[in-house]
Amino acid sequence: MEDKNILNLKDLNVYYGDFRAVKDINLDIQKNKITAFIGPSGCGKSTVLRSINRMNDLVEGTRTEGEIIFQNRNIYNPEVDAVSLRKQIGMVFQKPNPFPKSISDNITWGAKINGYKGDMEELVEESLKEAALWDEVKDKLHENALRLSGGQEQRLCIARAIAVKPEIILMDEPASALDPIATLKIEDLMKTLCMDFTIIIVTHNMQQASRISDYTAFMMTDDKRSGHLVECGKTSELFIRPKNKQTEDYISGRFG
Amino acid sequence: MDAIRQRKSWISKIVFQVATIIGIFALLILMFSIFNEAFGYVIFVNEKSPQEIYNSGNNLGEATKEELISILEDNISRGLMRRFNFEQSFSERSSENILELVMTEVVNPQIVKAWSLTSSLFGKKKIIETLKNDYPKGNLEFRSWLSLNFLLSPQSSIPEKTGIFTALTGSLMLLLIAIILAFPLGVATAIYLEEYAKPNKLNNLIQINIYNLAGIPSIIYGMLGLAVFVRFLEPITSGKIFSQTINSTANGRTILSAGLTLGILILPIIIINAQEAIRGVPKSLKFSSFGLGATKWQTIWHHILPYSMDRILTGSILAVSRALGETAPLIVVGASTFVAQKPDSVFSKFTALPIQIYQWTARPQPEFRKVAAAAIIVLLVLLLTLNAGAVLLRNHHNMKKKG
Repeated sequence: MEDKNILNLKDLNVYYGDFRAVKDINLDIQKNKITAFIGPSGCGKSTVLRSINRMNDLVEGTRTEGEIIFQNRNIYNPEVDAVSLRKQIGMVFQKPNPFPKSISDNITWGAKINGYKGDMEELVEESLKEAALWDEVKDKLHENALRLSGGQEQRLCIARAIAVKPEIILMDEPASALDPIATLKIEDLMKTLCMDFTIIIVTHNMQQASRISDYTAFMMTDDKRSGHLVECGKTSELFIRPKNKQTEDYISGRFG
Repeated sequence: MDAIRQRKSWISKIVFQVATIIGIFALLILMFSIFNEAFGYVIFVNEKSPQEIYNSGNNLGEATKEELISILEDNISRGLMRRFNFEQSFSERSSENILELVMTEVVNPQIVKAWSLTSSLFGKKKIIETLKNDYPKGNLEFRSWLSLNFLLSPQSSIPEKTGIFTALTGSLMLLLIAIILAFPLGVATAIYLEEYAKPNKLNNLIQINIYNLAGIPSIIYGMLGLAVFVRFLEPITSGKIFSQTINSTANGRTILSAGLTLGILILPIIIINAQEAIRGVPKSLKFSSFGLGATKWQTIWHHILPYSMDRILTGSILAVSRALGETAPLIVVGASTFVAQKPDSVFSKFTALPIQIYQWTARPQPEFRKVAAAAIIVLLVLLLTLNAGAVLLRNHHNMKKKG
């Protein structure tokens, strides 16, 4: 079966003030696959990720050039509403950041503000089950979410994101603050989630990228510290037969 | 080398300790002088002694209602009797009420000499001597100038009868108006400046101005209140625009004017505190809300405000406790120094606790200093209550953050 494009990045440039953080990114993201961004620190992986659901709009002095085509529209068109875009492209952050509310309120809040009319209890159960958290928290749904462990909090954040029923979930180093066991759980979870969602993940951890992703994009900084895309392809090919010398050096651990 | 370092750190520790001790010492002296004045022995002389007017017993408190009425009849004019009867007929009055009438109209005890707490405790012999030599008819009593009666009585020119009820209600009404004005305005401004305003020149100028406003001497706010609320907005602040029947000689120098002035005074403090509270909301919380497709308003209303509200309240309470102690702007706006009736609306003349204290200390009779000390205790208790509330809220906030 031929993979289907869901997102196209065309000549994407992101500036913070005068500084060009990301240079000329051209990339296609495949539907229902996991795409991983890897690269050394400060190469603009997270910047690219945040430009996909326009979270960069919230950072003062950010300017974006180029196009990101999603559902046949450039999301940076003036008529596209960033708020409703973020309902379709959800996000999970590096540090688990549940709301200081109960577990079930964490799930239902996003649905409520988006006008979800269905049964809330069902939604909570369904989302928590999908995030592989239901069995651990089903008896304490009304307890404060901040009492959970780091890994549970992060899975709650994933449950919260999928409760809004997005098309794409962006994950910004979702496991970097977690211990190895919690990390493994998140990775397993991602593999099942990509049946229903498209996942784009930024990670520092190359083993993680090679374990879970279908596609990998490798980014590097140039001499002006602007990030650019070096190589992108199927993970299986990129890690075994990298076409670019820099990629080979990076994945074999010679720098970075 | 190491010894010098150790020595330096030892010396700095001593310096800090001395500074702390000096501060605590100053506070203790202040508290001592207040409590020293507020309690102590007094000598009072009765115009007519209870034994003189009540023959069948020793204690007036044991007299029956009928006996009390006959005492009144024997000792005061018929006209006064008729007036009391007209105000409330004697048959309807309780015997406590009539006893009170007897005490004020017939017995009429008057304080002729008062002592401080220290001289009461350590110089009792001398006091008894004074009583025997100078006031053979006098009675000695240990008096707390701070009493329930003191809290509930209106102002009076007689020190033992005066109270702070007018000043207390005045102060509380002023604070209420100040809060109603300053809290919503302040929080709204803080939200705008933190969440909406772009960092351009104009907004920086506004921000700097707010910081400066918080430091302006309060008397300047008094001038502002006088010019704007008392003079310019007189039809509104005197209440004439709302009702023709208000007959007040206040001419805009009303509770409303003063309350609004205090509101303007604490507005910058509330704004700055609320801004800091809002700035303290973790970015991750905001991002997770935006990441779920929330609008700016939904993020502010559901996450930023609930998260920062106890810190906003803490700051506002501290601002209010500042307003409670303010005197200068109230004098400029035209606080009355003598108001015998409690304020019945926001368009009444007013007095406030600090004004009252100032006015009492300025009087020549030494007994009024005792009264002032009692009023200071009331003011301090109010301030401490407010500040304790602020501390409790802050602790609550810290606990919440820990989860």
